[in-house]
Formats: sequence, C-alpha cells, structure tokens
Amino acid sequence: MSVDATLSFEEAMEKYDPVLGFEVHVELNTKTKMFSSAPNVFGDEPNTNVNEVDLGMPGVLPVVNKTAVESSIKIGLALNCKIAESCRFARKNYFYPDTPKNFQTSQYDEPIAYDGYLDIELEDGTVFRVEIERAHMEEDAGKLTHMGGAAGRIQGADYSLVDYNRSGVPLVEIVTKPIEGAGSRAPELAKAYVAAVREIVKNLGVSDAKMERGNVRCDANVSLRPHGRERFGIRSETKNVNSLRAVEHAVRYEIQRHAAVLDSGEPVIQETRHWHEDTRSTTSGRPKSDADDYRYFPEPDLVPVVASREWVEELRATLPEPPAERRKRLKEAWGYSDLEFRDVVNAGVMDSIEETIAAGASADVARKWWMGEIVGRAKVADVDPSELGVTPQVIVELNKLVEDGKINNKMATQVLDGVLAGEGTPAEIVEKRGLAVVSDDGPLLEAIDAALAAQPDVAEKIRGGKVQAIGAIVGGVMKATRGQADAGRVRELILEKLGVEG
Amino acid sequence: MAAINRDDVAHLARLAHIEMSAEELDRMAIELAVIVDSVKSVSEAAGDDVPATSHPIPLTNVFREDVVGHTFTAEQALSGAPDAFENRFKVPAILDED
Repeated sequence: MSVDATLSFEEAMEKYDPVLGFEVHVELNTKTKMFSSAPNVFGDEPNTNVNEVDLGMPGVLPVVNKTAVESSIKIGLALNCKIAESCRFARKNYFYPDTPKNFQTSQYDEPIAYDGYLDIELEDGTVFRVEIERAHMEEDAGKLTHMGGAAGRIQGADYSLVDYNRSGVPLVEIVTKPIEGAGSRAPELAKAYVAAVREIVKNLGVSDAKMERGNVRCDANVSLRPHGRERFGIRSETKNVNSLRAVEHAVRYEIQRHAAVLDSGEPVIQETRHWHEDTRSTTSGRPKSDADDYRYFPEPDLVPVVASREWVEELRATLPEPPAERRKRLKEAWGYSDLEFRDVVNAGVMDSIEETIAAGASADVARKWWMGEIVGRAKVADVDPSELGVTPQVIVELNKLVEDGKINNKMATQVLDGVLAGEGTPAEIVEKRGLAVVSDDGPLLEAIDAALAAQPDVAEKIRGGKVQAIGAIVGGVMKATRGQADAGRVRELILEKLGVEG
Repeated sequence: MAAINRDDVAHLARLAHIEMSAEELDRMAIELAVIVDSVKSVSEAAGDDVPATSHPIPLTNVFREDVVGHTFTAEQALSGAPDAFENRFKVPAILDED
C-alpha cells in the first residue's frame, strides 16, 4: 500500500479553503424492518431475522413500516426541515451481494424531509450553522464478511459470507449542503456535527445511536479550493468513518492529502476513500464510474407517502426539547461553571443530576455525589454511572442523614457502598452497620480526656490561645471513636473543657 | 425516431449485467428506439394539465404497524442458496467494489 503525500495541516490551511459535506446514515430502532415484519435486532444468529421480503424472493410485496415513517418525520423536524406533503420511494439499482434484490429501496427525487439546518456549537462556544439538504428514508443492506486474503479486507479475499439480518433495517440518510467557511476548524466541526446528529436521534428515541454498532455511520466529503475562489474543488468521499474521533481525523487527513495533490499540480481524483483507524489515513477505493449509474426509478410496489399537516403537527408536538437548548437551560438553572458543567456532560451524568435535583437535592449536592462518588465507582465497575444502581432517592436520603448530623461525610460513602452491595436503604444500612455519629457526650468526653492526656503539650498550646492546634486532639478523638464522632461537636467539647473561646 | 444508439444499449447491457453479441446490440438499438417512441405517444395524449404519476391507482399511505411477524430459520433462508457456510450465504469475492 503506497503512502500518499500530505502537507502539514497548517500549510494546507494557509494555501487552501476546505469545503465539507456529510452523509450520515441513522439506523432506526423500530421493532421491525422498513418493508417487512421481520425483527430489527442487532447481534442475533445470522439469517434468522429475515423473511421472504428481506431475501428479495420473487413476487413478494414490501409494506411500509408506519413507525419508521413517523421516526423519519421526527428526525426531519428536529433538523428544522420541511416535511414533504407527498413523497415516494425509488429503486436504486446495483449488483452486489449485500442486497439480494439487486436494488435498494430508497428515496430519490422526493425525500420526506428537505431544506433544514442544524446549529452546531463548537468547544469554545462558536455557533456554526450547517444547512441540511435532505433526509430520506431507505433500507440498510446485508452484512458481508470477507474471508481469506488479508485480515478481512476485500483485497485478496477468496469469498464473502452474507448475513441478511441487517437487510431491510430502516435507515434515514441525512445529507448536508456544502459546508463553507469552516476554515481550520473543519475537522472540529465535522466531529461536532456528527455528534450533534447522534445526540438528536438518541434524544428523539428513534435510534439506539451506538456508533460502534453502526447505528450512526458517516461518509465525509472533502474538497479544497484556493482562498478567494468560489468554485469548489474536486471532492473525495471517505467511507467507513464510524467514530466521532475518526470523523475528525479523516477530515483532517483528507485536507492534508488534497493539499499535497494540488500543490504537485495534479488534479484531485473524484473517488471513494477508505478510512483506516490503525494508520489514521485513507486509501483509494473505487473511482466514480458507470457503477454509480443507479438507474433510479419510482418503486412500483409502494404507493406514495402523504404527510398531512395535521399528522406532522401531531408529531412535532411529541418532540423532546432539543439537546443543545436543554443543556443551556440546565447549566443556567444549576449555576455550574463552564468547566463544572462540561465535566458533568462528559461524565454522562447530566440526566442523573437532573433527576436527583428533581427528587429534592440541591444542584451542588447532586453534583458532589455524582461527580465525587458515583462516577469513579461506575468506572471501576465498567458501567454507565446511571446504571450503577444509585437512585436519586438514595442520594437525597444520604444527604439528609448528613445534614441532620446523623452520619458524617466519611460514613456516608460507606453507606453508599452498602446501598450498592444491596444491603438496603441508607437508613437501614446506618442501623445495620452501626454507623451513626456518636452524639452522646459521655463516650466523647472520655475520648477527649484520653487524647488530651496523650498530648499534654498540645493541650497546653490550646490553653495558651493557639486554637489552631486543636486539630491534633480532634484527630485523636476521631481515631479513638473510629470516625463515628461528629467532629464539630468534638471541637466544641474540647474548647469547653479547656475553657477556651472558639 | 428516439435517439437510442448502439452505445446506449451497450452501456445499459453492462449496467444490467447482460452479455450481448454485436448482432444483438444492433438489433436491440432499433427495437428499443421503437419501444421508446411507442411509450412517448402517451405524453402526446396527456396535456399540460395532467400531472406526472408513478402509480396508476390513487392510493397513498399503505402502512403496516410496527409489530413483529414471521421469520425464516437460517436453514429455510439458505435452502435456495447455491452455496452456504456457517449459516451464511457464500458468494464469490467481488473486487473493485466496496
């Protein structure tokens, strides 16, 4: 495999202006497929989630999944698109074993949603508007596994194995208009755009949105032109870019590669490129050719989809608050700093904190527990923080026990461990583990006497007015009571005993 | 006569994976032109006030509820396959496509 020449990203940016475009495929999480009643389930035994429609048997009739149409309309609305009053399906004809019908049922000249936009917020808060050309309905293809040859790649493969479980899974393909003006932020914008689309479809509940399972897949188009020129350069389309990080890297790499090609005086070849995560580079796929003459024509087996305005408005009324707006609202309501809020979002506990606050905790208490205690434990257990088993009620209860002086913070973390070990409610665990703060002054006074006797020089310092030395005595008492004393009360009692004003 | 020439037919034949002899290409170029002309006569009958349609029946929104129906077993699915391996269809490796 020859290695393509590249310019440094900085030099590429100095000389050229990048134009981007994305096609993002979203697999819907309907129970059944787009045109057949076979189940839409990931990871089952090969060729068991199929029936005659998915296998393209002669004489079968596809029937459109109503829920998939509704999900598609919701996606269109969330992308600020217009929803077509009437649209139809079309056949995209090609020969390849991933589609047993020799065509993919898609939409061509009449997509269900068109002319939208998405405002993308970059890390520093800059908002960049990406225009959406269209979002159309189609079906996924089967999964090919190339056998023999080098490591599962098609080059040198001896044969391929086909599983049609994925064949017919509902897809919505979201196509942007050419994105101009991103400049050196193009790679960052690419990642942020795909992240935003993924977040939106997840928030809508119409897709599982797991990129590692291929629920959201991105083809990234990149072209360069000299600064100041209006006409676009020749683009490449990088396929198989299936993680957010890879989207960023692929766009960056293609910009650097194109720049080197243009610098050498050669034209960029319009072609498909394959992304390789291991080398973080792309290689040439097939050039655009006759094979892309798909001879689209209206699907004769499916009648048009008419989206009445009433239906569209009904669906619009069910849309959840857009994720970006929700984040903005919550950050303001909670009063977190930019950094605090970003950490909360990155740790994936924003929803949990919201629920905890709704259950009665303050914003700071909710953040302290989730970020300080639960995120770390979830990491150790290798689960999502929300799946660790801590409910908002547990946190509210724990916090109340601390505020009432029944337990201290250190005990509270032990109680949390007890909850996670399934020992019961916080109150029950306090009881069972005997964790209550010692509030009876008798045992405390005994421990204080012992601590003062053990450290007479410190006691003398305190008597002499050096109140800050009290920590050593408090520490001795806490140690003697195995942490079960209320440190504040201990301090009071020591001062009282020594006749010093606190 | 419609402008369908021999090259058009050869192009279509390649896209459709149909092998055609030189003789067949010559003959089909003429026959296809006649067919296209015949179909064209429909547009003469329809005036400007008749919208284009892809379906003869004025039917829309034929939907199915999202409820799981029948499936095949892998054995049934593969019963007509020319070749199979580990419950999957086995096909020749197809290069120069992705």
